[in-house]
Amino acid sequence: MAKITYIEHNGTNHTVDVQNGLTVMEGAVQNDIPGIDADCGGSMACATCHVYVKEDWFDKINKKNEGEDDMLDQAYEPKKNSRLSCQIIVSDDLDGLVVDMPEKQT
Amino acid sequence: MIKTDALIIGAGPTGLFTAHQLKLIGLDCEIVDNLDKIGGQCIELYPDKPIYDIPAVPECTGEELTNNLINQLKPFDIKFHLSERVDEVKKDGDKWIVKTNKGTSFTTPNVIIAGGVGSFEPRKFSVEGHEKFENKSILYSIKDKNIFKDKTVSIFGGGDSALDWAVELSNNCNVNLIHRRDEFRGVQATVDKVHELTKSKKINLFTKFQLKKINGSSNIESIDIEDDDKNIKNLKTDYVLGFFGLIMQLGPIANWGLNIDKKTVEVDTEKFETNQKGIYAVGDICNYPGKLKLILSGFHEGALAARACFKLARPNEKYRFEFTTSSKAIKNRLGVKSD
Repeated sequence: MAKITYIEHNGTNHTVDVQNGLTVMEGAVQNDIPGIDADCGGSMACATCHVYVKEDWFDKINKKNEGEDDMLDQAYEPKKNSRLSCQIIVSDDLDGLVVDMPEKQT
Repeated sequence: MIKTDALIIGAGPTGLFTAHQLKLIGLDCEIVDNLDKIGGQCIELYPDKPIYDIPAVPECTGEELTNNLINQLKPFDIKFHLSERVDEVKKDGDKWIVKTNKGTSFTTPNVIIAGGVGSFEPRKFSVEGHEKFENKSILYSIKDKNIFKDKTVSIFGGGDSALDWAVELSNNCNVNLIHRRDEFRGVQATVDKVHELTKSKKINLFTKFQLKKINGSSNIESIDIEDDDKNIKNLKTDYVLGFFGLIMQLGPIANWGLNIDKKTVEVDTEKFETNQKGIYAVGDICNYPGKLKLILSGFHEGALAARACFKLARPNEKYRFEFTTSSKAIKNRLGVKSD
């Protein structure tokens, strides 16, 4: 289990407990946190669960999957620290992770 | 005005199978889709990805599933209206008048929305002030490449569309190709070609840059692009092309007076009818207690919605449930011999 903080573009914070094995995307969707659409349901076929991972966390989480950057090309305002939240698997090590959400997903 | 028993919006797997069910029970139907091809998300998002949970099909790709569904529709004559988006649905007595963005109009007692997560639209630039240049000097698709002749064109993107056009337009235009990272996702041969043309100065390549600002009043004069370290470059340009893939937008569906919650349409589970009589929603776009966003659920929903359509399309006839294995009428419609 990890406490994950999702920050909406307007600054609203949501901190929730997410079970190990779920993705950061699922943590948001299951807790009704606005700002993550996840249109394709986590199959890495769209870019609507796009988040910015806080710099100090970016190197600690699992590396990008092959093809993830291809999808991020299609995200709204991608940056250096962009990730698809459906590709970040939650574990105890992620306790305290903070992700920022873009202004919008589409 | 086209008259039909049922109009299906969306040519994804659910829309296709719903058409099959309608034809099987003797109703006619037409299908509208905003994409230029049949298959919906299956063909646009994951044509090569294997699917493992279609009943009786252990494994198939999105493309194979689409082709099988098209094959299943072969006995029937169904008109597809591709590259058209339904913009308007209006009540007219006990019928619905449906209009597309290309001016096609339908009159029908039944509208079945099988629109997935909405219609596919090109992802647009997000920089301030881009709207006023859109469709004039900012474009997301190319209809006539001749307008670019001898002009400077700045192409954004790293996929096949961006690369193909950069190569093609480098023949007679000054091409800037701008991409947010070093790697491209296009086919290797085209990527090689782009690097070759960059070397011979036919293409000006800027990687790790993104669009920052558009300069110009009535026409674009130049653009500012910025890299990850905030370095800015100014490029003179006449046209800006964006190829960032497609995104799904609920679009005009939101304006048809339906109960919508989180981009999905509320329906009952008997007819999959919305709060508007004669408008149904099936597949990923519908919502009811226990809804599963699975292709197989879409098939079930389409089968029931089709039966509901019968009542409104043939008010004076009684629908009789029949099996394909035994019904003479159904076999006739399928064009197969009955025993």
